[in-house]
Amino acid sequence: MTAQPDGTATAAEPILELDDLGVVFTTESARVPAVRGVSLRVRPGETLALVGESGSGKSTVALAAMGLLSGNARVTGRAAVAGTDIVGADEAGLARLRGRTVSMVFQEPATALDPLTRVGGQISEVIRNHHDVTAQDAAARAVDLLRRVGIPEPERRASAYPFELSGGQRQRVVIAMAIANDPALLIADEPTTALDVTVQAEILDLLRRLAAETGTGVLLVTHNMGVVADFADRVAVMYQGRIVESGTVEDVLLHPTHDYTRRLLAAVPRLTVAPTGERRPAGEARTVTGRGPQDEGEPVGARPDGESDSTSGGGAAGEPVVELRDVSVVYGRGKRAVRALDGVSFVVRPGETLGLVGESGSGKSTAARVALGLIGPNAGTVSLFGTDLARTRGRARRALRAGIGVVLQDPVASLDARMTVGSCVAEPLLVHRREMSARDRRSRVEDVLEQVRLPRALARRAPGELSGGQRQRVSLARALVLEPRLLVADEPTSALDVSVQEAVLEVITELQDDLGFACLIVSHDLAVVQHFARRVAVMRAGRIEEQGPTGETLLHPETDYTRRLLAAAPVPDPVVQRARRTERLAALAAGRTEGGA
Amino acid sequence: MSAILQPAELPGATDTPHEGASGVRLAVRRFLRNRLAVAGLCVVAFFVLFCFVGPLVYSTDQTHTALQQVNLSPSGNHWLGTDAVGHDELGRLMYGGKVSLVVGLAAGVLATVIGTLWGATAGYAGGWIDAAMMRVVDAGIAIPALFILLVVSAITTPGLAGMILILGLVSWLVPSRLIRAETLSLKNRDYVLTLRAIGGTHARAILRHILPNSVSTIIVATTFQIADAILLVAYVSYLGLGVQPPSTDWGGMLAAGLNAAYSGYWWLILPPGLAIILVVWAFNAIGDGLRDAFDVRGRG
Repeated sequence: MTAQPDGTATAAEPILELDDLGVVFTTESARVPAVRGVSLRVRPGETLALVGESGSGKSTVALAAMGLLSGNARVTGRAAVAGTDIVGADEAGLARLRGRTVSMVFQEPATALDPLTRVGGQISEVIRNHHDVTAQDAAARAVDLLRRVGIPEPERRASAYPFELSGGQRQRVVIAMAIANDPALLIADEPTTALDVTVQAEILDLLRRLAAETGTGVLLVTHNMGVVADFADRVAVMYQGRIVESGTVEDVLLHPTHDYTRRLLAAVPRLTVAPTGERRPAGEARTVTGRGPQDEGEPVGARPDGESDSTSGGGAAGEPVVELRDVSVVYGRGKRAVRALDGVSFVVRPGETLGLVGESGSGKSTAARVALGLIGPNAGTVSLFGTDLARTRGRARRALRAGIGVVLQDPVASLDARMTVGSCVAEPLLVHRREMSARDRRSRVEDVLEQVRLPRALARRAPGELSGGQRQRVSLARALVLEPRLLVADEPTSALDVSVQEAVLEVITELQDDLGFACLIVSHDLAVVQHFARRVAVMRAGRIEEQGPTGETLLHPETDYTRRLLAAAPVPDPVVQRARRTERLAALAAGRTEGGA
Repeated sequence: MSAILQPAELPGATDTPHEGASGVRLAVRRFLRNRLAVAGLCVVAFFVLFCFVGPLVYSTDQTHTALQQVNLSPSGNHWLGTDAVGHDELGRLMYGGKVSLVVGLAAGVLATVIGTLWGATAGYAGGWIDAAMMRVVDAGIAIPALFILLVVSAITTPGLAGMILILGLVSWLVPSRLIRAETLSLKNRDYVLTLRAIGGTHARAILRHILPNSVSTIIVATTFQIADAILLVAYVSYLGLGVQPPSTDWGGMLAAGLNAAYSGYWWLILPPGLAIILVVWAFNAIGDGLRDAFDVRGRG
């Protein structure tokens, strides 16, 4: 608002200018060039997305623009914010600039806020750092800002501590702090990566609105092509510290010219959505508004018809590999009890893949751990390979588990750093095939490594020397070394870059065709599940909202929640995404007017 | 320790430009950069050579008294003079040092082993087992180790092995807390969960994953325990409750020397006193260096 006079005067002048920017980090073992020859401009009111995979240097560029790089970084070239040079500026000059002319939104809202200060106080502090106003005025403006970023009851919330707010609300507070002094430039480094998709959509809506209202230039750093399509005007693609391609969002995302951009876009798993905009717009809209409130009124829970769905859709014969029947898991006791799972039932049959999707806290990982027998259910039964887990003990239960392979999310924590890759993969053999000779074991390990498309010689290396994708494939090799009948994969690719994710998922799919194991995959990414699972169960707050064949469930969802989840997932096509956004906002507005009463 | 650390300093360690420098090698490099720690290592190496190889070069009679040459001041024949019963003081320093170092090392290692097993079991089991086991530790810490040590040595007059056993049994409490904390975070690592999910035993999880990954904590704890144990032995012997004559250790020598303090026989006081200070300082410096070296690696 106050930036308007400036905004009009400098409309042609870029607010952020980087010319031939280079950053070299000096580490203990070597000098690492992180950014080489990057030039870019952000004009007022414009959003430039800096995209790339991990290690491409995109965050380093953002930090360099704030002058926030750590002491071991050497910066060359020119970086200027609103005409002020950043590279040569002293700390006092930078402090005057930061928070006022340029401000930043970080990825993790949980750590961006001081846990011991009330959020209102944190916002007023930012204001008072740069303006000579009384504490009361600053506090009043803080409440005003909280209202602008869409926090309900801002007067009351201003005196809340960060832990009293949800992740999405915390990120709103971080944004309120960032816009407190009406900055001319907002740098957002992965602002929605730590958030669920539905919250991500809200935060992006908020950022878009604020940027449009005040004519703020935005530098958005992200790896998510869907977010780019949703939010950015222009895109710069970074690869190994350089910008390989830049242009308008339509040009780059729809007609990429550089080879790397093309590969990157091809690797993004695309969520196939019902073409609601063209085929049956009215019908779809009516179902949303007509059925939505009704569905919310009655708890849906585990549907008895999930069974019939699976038999008709899956068509896989034979005894279920794993079956959860009416499983509940409760943490804590009395008033503080939390129902992590509430009457969850699902089956995985031989050779088929069931995808568990849901947002954080929906209980999907808990469900997987119950299936693995790592968490005992408080109610209900779990049977593994036709045997009730609760009735087995000790050795028998361990023997049963020889038929399971597990891949967990974190590629670093999944492998014991003190072992070689070979001994990591051999561990299940040491547990279940003790009679095996060392030579047989070694050759089996190398065979499996080959199956997951890793060189046999990798067995002698340490996990620390491998990339994230290689590590996840080592985890997969460990999971498959016993030729299991069931593979449980909990977010197997969510810590990986898209191109690596594609390769890992491909290996799993191929091996599943060859070896015929059943698979239970847990993911927050609807697109991944859509590509990978034959059946899907959508979870929310410890319950299964709906389950059925993937094609039908994700194209024509029955529940309002699934529909909202699908609508919130951004697709990497700016044109389609824009249409989807309009539709989602319309549905939301309609839902609010009808359901709000 | 010294055998592992020293050769690695020679080739390649200083110029490995590739990222793949292993954790151990990085830790060694960090350790060697810490001058105090390296000095500590040299001091310990010196005293080990002095006490165990020294007697072969500078042989003296430490069993028979030689009453015709008591309390002689340093000279060409007796470099550090002689004590109240005519033993050569330099030779005695080697002889007593052997006892101090052996008891200190063995007791420090024993304490760490007991503490590690106790702490790892408590942390891994969790729940009421953990609570009960750690309350035992709390109770133990509430009673001063020195007090227990004095009471037990007064009753039993222990030999060398007995001394080690008692010291080990009174000083495992602190390492057990450290290892328990380490175990609490390690037992929820994905690789331990994976092992449990496929049916691996608890013993395997502890022995193959949790303890190897706590090794840096364990090594650091051990060096501090050794320093503490050497000091404790010196205390007890100083009070006349340690190893009995004709055997002795640095603490015992110090006690004997102090009887003659007013006669100006400095050569009976300074050498054992300095030896105790230097060795205890050296082990603490090594511990500090190792902690820094390992900690940074853990962060990366």
